Amino acid sequence: MDLLEYQGKQLFAKHGIAVPSGEVASTVDDAVATAEKIGFPCAIKAQVLIGGRGKAGGIKIAQNVEEARAHADAILGMDIIGPHGEGPFRVDQVWIEGGSEIAAEYYASVILDRGEKKLLAMVSAKGGMDIEAVAAEDPEALVKRHIDPTSEFSAAAARSIVADAGLAEDALDAAAEVLVGLAEVAREEDATLIEVNPLIVTAGRDVVALDSKVTIDGNSLFRHQDLAEIADTVEDPQEQMAKEKGLTYVKLDGNVGILANGAGLCMSTLDVVAQAGGAPANFLDAGGGSKAEAIVNALEVIKSDAKVTAILFNIFGGITRCDEIANGIVTASRQIDLGVPLVVRLDGTNSEEGLRILAEADLPNLHQEKTMLDAARRVVELAGSAS
Amino acid sequence: MSIIVGEKTKLAVSGLTGREGSFHGLRNKAYGTDLVAGVTPGKGGQDVEGVPVFDTIKEAVDEAGANTSMIFVPARFAAAAIDEAIDSGVETVIAITEGIPVLDMLSTYWKAKEKGVRLIGPNCPGVLSPGKANVGIIPAQFFDPGPIGVVSKSGTLTYQIGNELKQAGTGNSSIVGIGGDPIVGSDFIDILKLYEADPETELIVMVGEIGGDAEERAAEFIAAEVSKPVVAYIAGFTAPPGKQMGHAGAIISGSSGTAQAKKDALEAKGVRVGESPTETAAIAAEMLRG
Repeated sequence: MDLLEYQGKQLFAKHGIAVPSGEVASTVDDAVATAEKIGFPCAIKAQVLIGGRGKAGGIKIAQNVEEARAHADAILGMDIIGPHGEGPFRVDQVWIEGGSEIAAEYYASVILDRGEKKLLAMVSAKGGMDIEAVAAEDPEALVKRHIDPTSEFSAAAARSIVADAGLAEDALDAAAEVLVGLAEVAREEDATLIEVNPLIVTAGRDVVALDSKVTIDGNSLFRHQDLAEIADTVEDPQEQMAKEKGLTYVKLDGNVGILANGAGLCMSTLDVVAQAGGAPANFLDAGGGSKAEAIVNALEVIKSDAKVTAILFNIFGGITRCDEIANGIVTASRQIDLGVPLVVRLDGTNSEEGLRILAEADLPNLHQEKTMLDAARRVVELAGSAS
Repeated sequence: MSIIVGEKTKLAVSGLTGREGSFHGLRNKAYGTDLVAGVTPGKGGQDVEGVPVFDTIKEAVDEAGANTSMIFVPARFAAAAIDEAIDSGVETVIAITEGIPVLDMLSTYWKAKEKGVRLIGPNCPGVLSPGKANVGIIPAQFFDPGPIGVVSKSGTLTYQIGNELKQAGTGNSSIVGIGGDPIVGSDFIDILKLYEADPETELIVMVGEIGGDAEERAAEFIAAEVSKPVVAYIAGFTAPPGKQMGHAGAIISGSSGTAQAKKDALEAKGVRVGESPTETAAIAAEMLRG
């Protein structure tokens, strides 16, 4: 789960990392009132989960009330496209914070390095710009050091990293403290990525996190009440519905509704549907051990996307039992009017029982296929003719 | 031979008294796996269909001779159960549980390394050595004994490919589901090493998916250390591009983590990559016939 800039900064503040004080606003009037309270100059920053906000015009400095109103009016409601064409991301909130006098811009991050199975700290004196470009063009400028997973991350260890990165001598202690704080955020808040770009030195020689990018491990939310509440605010109505029902759903642009069990099989199903000439409408992993009720929920979620003209169920049962899936399909077909053809492929644990249940129920508009490729071809055919 | 589980496996299942734990534990037993114990704190002295239950994994080791532990414990308690298993004296821990916080696995991973315990998973379907033993949730009826070793990040996708291999008239030395979590106890390279050394394995099928750089690392390892033929499949070509938040991930791995990047890395090292599970199985069967 990704946090908005201000949510990340609130976590930073909780762990003793200096951030500019500010407030969030979702209307122009609130934004102007907040700006007046904070004083000028102040920064008005679009809160969306994508990089490149500055270049897209989503971050502006206001010198007075008139500018604050003009900027808030321009930024709230704008659609921001990511640097790699992601989005659009509609701006519903702005973060308003006091302007900072910047003497130097650095880069600092702590990230889970999957390959090495350790947290990795990275620091550079070349902050405030595209750090991927810095890493590619001047790798020496980016100091990377793993954090020992079996012991505390000491201020001394952090200081040697920031010193090697060539940060200003009089900022080393404060920057080291920030780095220790970032590692603490990782360990105590279950963050798998924390990036600060820029980490600034102010004219008064304070070290302050001017931006934040934080990713929290979704599996850890049971022990973070505050973060779990943030996770509950998803925008897309289908994704929201899926989340409430405990399903993993990602909406796509096509018309072939897809349900599979297991993320790998689900991704593979999207691939074979695409290879068969179809366009998947969604990714929906019903998870391990899917029960009948989960199938009813899944069909409701898929069906709520009006673009869907046919649905493919691709199930290979391990922990999932095909008889439970079949019962779910039968129950769902009686509870909700699908109105679109359903192609079902059941294989694996208790598949014979599952196939028998489906055959006995004799549901209209249900097509069984024995293999994944045949099922993909069939659903693409049916989806096409239905539209 | 086979790898990780086989005739010598003596299994203790943590969570055997739970619904899924008993369903799959007893299925493993019915398959022929030597299920010697269940473990549930506070339920020591009971039994599940004749299998004695102990309070701790250590007791299952000392009193029932368990050498392999399977973890079927709910996510929030699972890391502690894996830690307990690592300290208990078993050689192998197979963690089926999904949804374990990744930072819990960080310390658990290094604990297993330090103690020399082989950890498979978490969030994996387990290990099956057809005709010998099954530890986990893999539906064994879809796999026959044979010369192909399978290693996979994904559970259901593994069953799919194993089943296609069976249709193609071949079978498996072992099937290892390493799990798709960011941190797993054993990665592709660990399992490739075991297959390379296993005399029964003639060919290896590797099943990857988007995210991380384990496939790219495996490609390097295959080129340098694996003499047996390897066929790969990667899932996720049409997966939606993730929203790019930070840049730090791409910097450390040097890879975008996309299915195409993984396919390219493997093909650059001479590994054939199938377009679909079906084609992957067909390539493997064809290469075996050679």
